[in-house]
This record gives sequence, structure tokens and C-alpha cells, in this order.
Amino acid sequence: MNVVEVNVNPKRVKHDLKKQERSLLLRRFLSNKLMVTGSIIIVLLLLLAILGPKLTPFDPYEMVVKERLEAPSSHHLLGTDNFGRDLLTRIIYGAKVSMWVGFASALLSSIIGLAIGLTASYYRYLDNILMRICDGLLAFPAILFAIALMAVLGAKTENVIIALTIVFSPEVARIVRSRALVVREETYIEAIRSQGASAARIIWKHIAPNTISPLLVKATFVFSEAVIVEATLSFLGAGVPAPDPSWGNILSDGKDVIYTAWWMTVFPGLFIILSVLGLNLLGDGLRDLIDPQSSTK
Amino acid sequence: MEQPLLEINNLKTHFKTERGRVTAVDGISFSVEKGEILGVVGESGCGKSVTAQSILRLFDEKYTASYEGEIKLQGENLLQLSKAEMEKIRGNEVSMIFQDPLSSLNPVFTIGYQLMETIRIHQNRTKKQARQMAIDLLRMTGIPSPEKRVSEYPHQLSGGMRQRVMIAMALACKPKLLIADEPTTALDVTIQAQILDLMLELNEELGMAVVFITHDLGVVAEVCTRVVVMYLGQVVEEANVEELFTTPLHPYTKGLMKAIPQMDGDRSQKLNVIGGTVPALNAIPSGCRFASRCEFANDLCKEKAPDLQVHEGNHKVRCWHYAEISNKEAARHA
Repeated sequence: MNVVEVNVNPKRVKHDLKKQERSLLLRRFLSNKLMVTGSIIIVLLLLLAILGPKLTPFDPYEMVVKERLEAPSSHHLLGTDNFGRDLLTRIIYGAKVSMWVGFASALLSSIIGLAIGLTASYYRYLDNILMRICDGLLAFPAILFAIALMAVLGAKTENVIIALTIVFSPEVARIVRSRALVVREETYIEAIRSQGASAARIIWKHIAPNTISPLLVKATFVFSEAVIVEATLSFLGAGVPAPDPSWGNILSDGKDVIYTAWWMTVFPGLFIILSVLGLNLLGDGLRDLIDPQSSTK
Repeated sequence: MEQPLLEINNLKTHFKTERGRVTAVDGISFSVEKGEILGVVGESGCGKSVTAQSILRLFDEKYTASYEGEIKLQGENLLQLSKAEMEKIRGNEVSMIFQDPLSSLNPVFTIGYQLMETIRIHQNRTKKQARQMAIDLLRMTGIPSPEKRVSEYPHQLSGGMRQRVMIAMALACKPKLLIADEPTTALDVTIQAQILDLMLELNEELGMAVVFITHDLGVVAEVCTRVVVMYLGQVVEEANVEELFTTPLHPYTKGLMKAIPQMDGDRSQKLNVIGGTVPALNAIPSGCRFASRCEFANDLCKEKAPDLQVHEGNHKVRCWHYAEISNKEAARHA
């Protein structure tokens, strides 16, 4: 009989255990194929938005009248638009705008929504006031409301972010508030109160971190909705002003020549679909990862 | 006589509900001496926990609860303190531990962080000092390798461990009074015994008074020196622990005693049951609150509510004819 000597280093085992615990989240992430797909799409789009401008040899603003409406070729990979500008370059710069607008409005509405939601959940006399304001804001269809805000603010990329933040903050506030209302009844909140913690400490230090997970999921969806609304606004001419490229106003330019230059409609449209799909897959996956009970599977 | 540490006089806690005002604690009076362990027993819904939380004024006074009476901590009426003053009492002079250790710790912070926070709310310490104190507290409450545990999250600890952490947290500022609201109910029996031992030890070491709320008379017999028996928001009997177990006076207390299973008893015999259910708080009878479930109740009991009367020394009972009942029972046994 052969005796196999197993040399176990106890320190090594401990280390592996800790590693295992940390990789649990990673493994759960990897087992969710849809979420991995979504993440890859988003990472690629972000890379495109960040690195793309450095890689492309064209200028998104330079008009070359000779090369108007050229079909996709090896020189212009996705063709050119009605001013002879390289479409791929326009789309890359558009990705920068769309991703930036989406990310910034998701971040800002998360911060504002968190503040409003938490305040409303803890101070009951403010609850009614804040929530009625939110209800009022939510009563307008998002796009209509955004157009109205843009009309007031003026067409500018920063104003799109402000408008979208105003549109989406109430939604985030509602989510945070409903979660916070559950958390504030938890025993650990009562326990820290019985230890002498002040109201401010309880809200911002103990309730807030417990609302982050639904907030994170919501923020992802706000991101994707913001991309759509931004594209819509730009399409309608109320968003990012020309000549700045944005997927929405490339589409808008393309609609006049849709029969002669299909690429001007299809490619920016494809990028909008891809980014929204990627973000939604990521959001769904995050929800499953954070709260396994609500898993869609 | 020395001034008691905590003196509750005619405390009433009212709640606003959709069906009108409900009085969950109705005129309770008792006191806690320095360093003593006072048991508060009674069945579910009799107002034990409400009493405990009223002492710390944990209910939302703006919308749901209102208090009446006096809660004097070393002569100072807690019900007259401002919010900020109350925050200084909580966790510092009077601390509390809760029934369910599994949900009493915030899942997003390490236990060390939560301990340090309690310390730093009340004491001016640097993070480093607070961390050392946290480790010492964990060691004191019998948690092995506290240096490592201090940076773990609540979900990494067992229920018994978490209750130890809660106790460590409650003791962080060396309070004069600890309110333990069924601290062992959610734990299994061996852990229960360990936690009780720990509490007894700490009570002796630190000279801290404990109000021990439980429905487990076995636990009362083990740890308490004096007992208050509650029924439907009122104190029905108060006595030293030996006296309560040897000569219970109130029919309700007697019923509770008979409902304890005896290890050497006859197992074929069914345990005694107190018939009926506790009346709802919004339908409290006008007479003695226990009358509808009491086998000795007569017309007097149904009409007029008895007062808490002194039997002997500090043995008090709220019953019209506890003396007759005891005599009758003695005769029956003879």
C-alpha cells in the first residue's frame, strides 16, 4: 500500500479560506451569464468613450463636403454623415456625452434621492411634504417633464444633467424611503438608540448604509433611462446642442436621409440599444446578487 | 433607607392606535436598589417590554406614545428630561439589551466598529483607545480571541456570541442600571446558562443593577433577588424570590408556578393551565383584571379593582382575598 504524505500548512489553509470567502461574490457574479454580458458591454462602451477619441484619426466636427453620406468602407468604417463627418468618430464622441450624462444624472439623483428619502423616512412631519412634492414631480411623464425643464434651462449638456436629475430624484427618493422605513423598525436601530445615539447619527450612519443596495440597483436603471431620455431630448433638439455629437442628434440628422443613408440611423440606434441593454442586464444581475430572494430565476 | 437607584411611581404608558388610546402599562410602581437583580415576569403582552422601553423613553413621543407618572433615576425624573439629556442617559447610565441578538447588531458594520461607536458617543476617546476598550470589553464578556473578533461582521458570529457582544456594548460605559429584555429567550439552553452566568458575574464585579425581564420562572429563580409579577399592564405581586416561590399569594402567580414542569414530577399528569386568554387592551374589565380567568373570583372582584396591598415586609399583592385563598389551598392539601 502506498502512503501518500499530505503536507498541510495550516497558515496556507487559513489564507485559502479567507480567499474563498472573498471569491464567493465573484463566483456568484460569474455564474450569472446575463450580468457578465451586461458588464462586458458597459465596460466596452466606457472604454470606447474614454479611449476612443484618442484612437480615431478623424475630428468629429470637421466637415468634408466631398465625402458627404459615404457608405461604410475601409476608410470610414461606419460611413459618413450628411456633413461628411466620420460617423464612427461622431458615435465615439457621442458615447462620451451619453455615458457622461447618464452617469452624472444617475449619481446626482442617487445623492439627492438618498437625502430626500432618508429625511422623509425619519422625520414624519417632513414625510408628507417631501413625498407630495415627489408625487407631483412623478406625475409628469419623464420625457415631457425633461423637455419642459430643458425649455426653461436652455439647451446645454450640463442642463441635460440637471434636468434628468430633477426628473429621476423622486423615483430614487421613493425607493430609499420605503427601504429606510423597513430598516428604522429593525432591532439594531432601537439598540443603537438605546445606546444614546442621536437622530442624525441613526439616519446617516446606521440607516443610510442599509439602503445602499436597492439604491445601487435603482441607480443602474436610472443610468439606462437617462441614456434613453438624453437621446430622446437630443433627437427632439432639446438636449445636447449641435454640433456636439450625441447619439440622439446623430439619429435626428439621420432621419432626413433615412432612405439614402441607412447607416446614420442604424449605428447610433444600435449603440443606444446596446448601452441600455447592457445597463439593464447589469441592473437585473445586481438585484439578484444583492437580494437573492427576489431572484428572477 | 438609602435612596433607590431607580424608582418608578405610577408609570402609565399610553399608545395612540387606530382604535383609540390604549394603555399598555397602567400605573406601575417599583424600585430597583443599587446592585440588585430585579426580575419582571409575566406572560406575552402583559407590558414587560413596554415598561423596559418606557424607562429609556424609546417610544416615539410625538406620534405614538405618551407617558405619565415618574421614573426617577437617582432622584432625577427621566420623564422631564429633554431629548438631548435623555440621549446622555441612554447607554451611559442606563443600558439595554434586547431579546433577539441576531437582529440587534447592524449587519453593515463590524462589531468592533459598533462597540467603538457606543464608547465614543459618550466618552471622549481616540479611535485607538476605543478599539482597545472594545477588545477589553469583548474579553470581559468571554469572547475568545477578541483581537480577531473585533474586526468581524455580525453574521460571522453565532447567536450566543452576538448576545455577548450586545452585553459588551451595553456595558461599554459602565452603566448603573442594565435593562435586559428577555436576553436569553432566543438562545438555546446551554448558551442560555452561559449568558446568565456571565450576567451574574458582571453584576457582582461591576455592582451594576439589573432589571431582568423574562417569562421564564426558572431563569428568575436562578438570577433574581426580587421579583415583580405583571399582569395586563399592572403589578399583581412583588416579593423576594424565595418568598415568591415558597408562598405565592396572587392566584395568577400560583397559576404560573403550577405551570412549571417538575423534573421529578409525575409525567403522566398534565401541567396546570391558566384558563382563558388575556383580555385585549382596549377591553379591560372594570374590576380585577384577572377576574375572568380566576377560579376564586366573586362579585366583588368583578366590580371593583383591588389595590396593591402590603402582605409582609416587601411582599405586595393585588388581590381582594389572597389570604382566604391561601388558607383554602392549605386546607385542601392537608
